[in-house]
Amino acid sequence: MLRQVEGSRAVADAVALCRPGVVCAYPISPQTHIVEALAEHVKSGRLAPCEFVTVESEFAAMSVAIGASAVGARAYTATASQGLLYMAEAVYNASGLGLPIVMTVANRAIGAPINIWNDHSDSMSQRDSGWIQLYAETNQEAADLHVQAFRIAEELSLPVMVCMDGFVLTHAWEQVDTPTQEEVDAFLPPYEPRQVLDPADPVSIGAMVGPEAFTEVRYLAHARQMQALELIPDVAARFAEAFGRNSGGLVHPYRTDDADTVVMALGSVLGTIKDTVDEMRRDGVRIGVLGITSFRPFPLDAVRAAVGDAHHVVVLEKALAVGIGGIVTANVRMAVVPEHVSTVIAGLGGRAITKASLRRMLDEAVAGRLEPLTFLDLNRQLIGNELARMAAGRRSGPMAENMLRDLGAVASRIG
Amino acid sequence: MPVQPIKFYQTGSFVVGNRLLAPDRRSVQARADRTNSLNCGHRACQGCGEALGARYALDAAMRATGNQMVAVNSTGCLEVFSTPYPETSWRIPWLHSLFGNAPAVATGVAAGLKAKGRDDVRVVGQGGDGGTVDIGFACLSGMFERNDDVLFICYDNEAYMNTGVQRSGATPPAARTTTTPAVGPEPGNVFGQGKNVPAIAMAHEIPYVATATVADLRDLEYKVTRAMEFHGARYLHILVPCPLGWGSASCDTVRIARLAKESGLFPVFEAERGEITDVSKIRHRVPVEDYLRLQSRYAHLFGEYGSPGTVARLQEIADRNIRRYGLLEEA
Ligand SMILES: Cc1ncc(C[n+]2csc(CCOP(=O)(O)OP(=O)(O)O)c2C)c(N)n1
Ligand code: SF4
Ligand SMILES: [Mg+2]
Repeated sequence: MLRQVEGSRAVADAVALCRPGVVCAYPISPQTHIVEALAEHVKSGRLAPCEFVTVESEFAAMSVAIGASAVGARAYTATASQGLLYMAEAVYNASGLGLPIVMTVANRAIGAPINIWNDHSDSMSQRDSGWIQLYAETNQEAADLHVQAFRIAEELSLPVMVCMDGFVLTHAWEQVDTPTQEEVDAFLPPYEPRQVLDPADPVSIGAMVGPEAFTEVRYLAHARQMQALELIPDVAARFAEAFGRNSGGLVHPYRTDDADTVVMALGSVLGTIKDTVDEMRRDGVRIGVLGITSFRPFPLDAVRAAVGDAHHVVVLEKALAVGIGGIVTANVRMAVVPEHVSTVIAGLGGRAITKASLRRMLDEAVAGRLEPLTFLDLNRQLIGNELARMAAGRRSGPMAENMLRDLGAVASRIG
Repeated sequence: MPVQPIKFYQTGSFVVGNRLLAPDRRSVQARADRTNSLNCGHRACQGCGEALGARYALDAAMRATGNQMVAVNSTGCLEVFSTPYPETSWRIPWLHSLFGNAPAVATGVAAGLKAKGRDDVRVVGQGGDGGTVDIGFACLSGMFERNDDVLFICYDNEAYMNTGVQRSGATPPAARTTTTPAVGPEPGNVFGQGKNVPAIAMAHEIPYVATATVADLRDLEYKVTRAMEFHGARYLHILVPCPLGWGSASCDTVRIARLAKESGLFPVFEAERGEITDVSKIRHRVPVEDYLRLQSRYAHLFGEYGSPGTVARLQEIADRNIRRYGLLEEA
């Protein structure tokens, strides 16, 4: 059914249609509306049987999901930002144990300085945790990816993180088509665990493994993610067959066929990038866009194929690997000629990524003048002031607060 | 029915020989159908109180639940000595996730079982004192507060043994650990710190809280069985001497546990919904010195450079417990 609905509600409804047996939740903006909506589903009895556990921390949320999954219940949770870091130890544990938990990450910056707005620092920090990571471009895709995620997770016995931009998607009201229970039931079979804690057939799960087999256990985790490179497009194709729309898959190429320049990004910013690229196309620039939906596993072949003969590859990243620059870039460079790739760090802590800024930056890229590492819309004056203060004396004080004082009472521009 | 000849014998320890009891009152360990939940072949040190406690506790829990049980274990000696790959000593469904999350994982197991309609299967979470009173405490308190249907058992050996005997929030004053060495003007762990988790558990007003030691294994079995009669959050805190960490002889584990109780240092009781319902009285009161002297973690309190004042302070703690919990029979 087509509805005008908030992104969080659309996702919660999609999750409920997947009939999770256990949902555990600890609140953090911008994830809250998702779990609030799920609480309503469970409390009203619409989603049953389902245990909704209001845990005391994100660490507990993932731990409860681990226990539930290990007895064969379909388990779901959602978090963001500080919450994802707080649960990090259990995030790695869930994938190490091979438990097909699905988690929404409502992408948000990580402090300090504390910041509730959107970027990808949180989920990027967990890129090597062994979870499959899928990034939604729109709210329709966010909702659809959850239905696909349970299927992928359970087929591979691997957990899946569905990443959606905080506020930009979670709090945006858009038209979303929500399938019926019958449709989802037909697409998503009941969870059949590979391993389960069952008194009738006792097994030990989580034993100590030494050097004699640790590498092999890790290798198999990698091998299963490599299988996911085939399964993810396959599930997307079957989803398209069942629901009549394209969602998910490894990558979304857009006007890349004859492109000299390809811009890559993850998530909702792809919309603005496509609008900008459409304008440039009208001006005769041969430029295209590649949306990366699956960041883990990273689709090297699909990226290589989409880039083709393009000479300029611009990777627009909403996260920063302090001390080196791009995170997505490092992966892209394994797929294409490394020297062709430049990094643009943009949208940190919710800074708006405007068409005008994108156009200026892409014009430079097309002209071959883009630096290997660019910070979009960097306020150099603000940085200069602080550097001057630090040079002037030892006790220059807290950096972030100094900069805020310089800026004065301006409203945060987030959109 | 074959008649078993009754033999009277003196153990000198108030222990009642099994054969004096009616069959239904005998120890689970005396039964041919015991489950051997923690089977032989594990790698605990000789005389490990934790291995002894876990075996009795889990076999009793299995019996109480008709073998319909899942156990969740935090990281620590019990987890490490029982499952070096590819062997496992567990003959029950058993899950180890992390050091600090066993109570939450147990909650998840209980929730998952409920969602799957398996109301017949019960859940036991277990861990060492570090995994319970320190790093796992938030998860434990959350599990209590929500009254999740889990029995959590803490095997208290009063330090982080698996990592080499470091101080925990359950380490008693004056005890030497590797992070509270017996050096300086106040050797060993300081006074005035530490937390009493059985009391904190009671403050949550959960259905059942009890303490036990590996000296009275019938009492331990009874408390596990009793705990399984309740639904909701339950907590059992078992004192389990550790020969390696306490510097005691492997053959003295049970004796030391008994002296902990008989001196008053470790009160043994049970409580329902925050109220104490029964206390195991001291049967043969001993000074704390009798307990301390058997353990080299207290060696600095005795001998030429000993500290009678510190022993007296430890005696005060025991005396206070005796008053507070009413550990002596009324005259
Ligand atoms: C997050 C984390 N911190 C530290 C450790 C290291 N560690 C493993 S077991 C252990 C000690 C366990 O102590 P306790 O819970 O008292 O159990 P015991 O070994 O004494 O039975 C420690 C510190 C860990 N595994 N995980
Ligand atoms: S160190 Fe202590 S707790 Fe650990 S196995 Fe040895 S005796 Fe048991
Ligand atoms: Mg310990």
